[in-house]
Amino acid sequence: MKFNGYLRENGAAGTRNHVLVLSCVSCANHVSRKIADAVEGAVCFCHDTGCTQMGTDLEQTQRTLAGAGKNPNAGAVVVVSLGCEGVSAEKIVEEIKQTGKPVELVRIQTCGGTSAATAKGIETAKAFRKELDKLEKTEIDASQLVLGLECGGSDFTSGIVSNPLVGYVADRLVKLGGTVILSETTEMIGAEHLLAARARCPEVADKLLAAVENVEQQAKNMNEDLRGSQPTPGNIEGGLSTIEEKSLGCLAKAGSTAVNEMLEYAQIPAAKGLVIMDTPGYDVESVTGMLAGGAQVVLFTTGRGTPVGSPTAPVIKITGNAQTAQRMAENIDFDASPVLEGKESLEEAGEKLFELLMRVVNGEQSCAERLGHCESAITRKGPSF
Amino acid sequence: MPVNAIKVTDKDNVATVLQPVSAGTEVCWSLSEKSVAAASDIPFGHKIAVCGIAAGEYVYKYGEIIGEAVKDIAAGEHVHVSNIDSRRARGDKK
Repeated sequence: MKFNGYLRENGAAGTRNHVLVLSCVSCANHVSRKIADAVEGAVCFCHDTGCTQMGTDLEQTQRTLAGAGKNPNAGAVVVVSLGCEGVSAEKIVEEIKQTGKPVELVRIQTCGGTSAATAKGIETAKAFRKELDKLEKTEIDASQLVLGLECGGSDFTSGIVSNPLVGYVADRLVKLGGTVILSETTEMIGAEHLLAARARCPEVADKLLAAVENVEQQAKNMNEDLRGSQPTPGNIEGGLSTIEEKSLGCLAKAGSTAVNEMLEYAQIPAAKGLVIMDTPGYDVESVTGMLAGGAQVVLFTTGRGTPVGSPTAPVIKITGNAQTAQRMAENIDFDASPVLEGKESLEEAGEKLFELLMRVVNGEQSCAERLGHCESAITRKGPSF
Repeated sequence: MPVNAIKVTDKDNVATVLQPVSAGTEVCWSLSEKSVAAASDIPFGHKIAVCGIAAGEYVYKYGEIIGEAVKDIAAGEHVHVSNIDSRRARGDKK
């Protein structure tokens, strides 16, 4: 199966052709936003990290920023740096350059302040836009797709209907040779034995179990009880009673294929097929991690209804809750409630969802894109100092 | 009797109601299985015990353990945070 996308110089395939304005540090967010707002077809990646971080925490931020720039949905990147931040803007630029795409650094301190940096960024982004508009779409094999899976604002319908539907589509894409990323380690607590049993080799299973144990331990190290946060108040109102119940529902997104690789946050998968990324359950951080890992599209289930998107990857919202589908109609791309009501089979709805996925990778805008959602956040390994 | 709940696997001892249920309503999860009368009002999408679950016994949904009963639960009772709890991620236990 093929889709029409944007072939990058390094052979990677974009489903979108964005000019990305990438902020290196929160101090550069305002300038980054002003640049993206002024240029039609430019999108902005902002976050609250980038300075006074150490060790693996700093590395993780650096990796995420470089990954967001390398994602093939960005055709060109304006990297906006303050000039004295902890992350290395030069390294980010260098890594992005290796993909062959145009990239330019705008440094606020060197430019001489907000206005001058904004003007330079706008000029650069406009020039990039002009170049990218010349790029024609080409036919690309579906095996080049990297699909991110997410659930947020879950209720009882997520585990019973919308996540199994996404699992159906995930299996379908794996069969076509594509890559599917399952994330949200917190939401594997109590269901990890089922995933570990599907691991391609003992090493993958061990890494997965260690990641889940680590999350559980982190919560205990804070002398806190994870039950205070998981399930969330909204999950509980929506009928979910325990973290295990939420996890078992969450897991249904992963379909039925083997788990081929266990990734760190924002790590680009080496394997095809189903892979797992170690991310928090917090959906914005989780989607950002998968975006940095190369996801060019995201299937996102929600029972309660959430509007969030991503800077460059189209995010497709699916709900199994008919009330949510009505109440938040402008945010919901796919209403799976007929399956819950027994009016449609899982296979019928699964095929429809797969068709929607293919339409979106071919260019149809998802609700989150139409509404301009581009949330991003980078998870932390340690505090700011 | 119309089906107004879903029990995911045979092993499950809870079903999920597909509409808000008031006390006394018969809750039926499949055409071939027995029903149970709701002991109290149960909100949309919440769980009902399809059989008695004693304190300390596991609660099953998806054929897997989702927690354990912290008090005796009679068939027909609302099963939620007041009478079941996670076995995992317990900050209150060693």
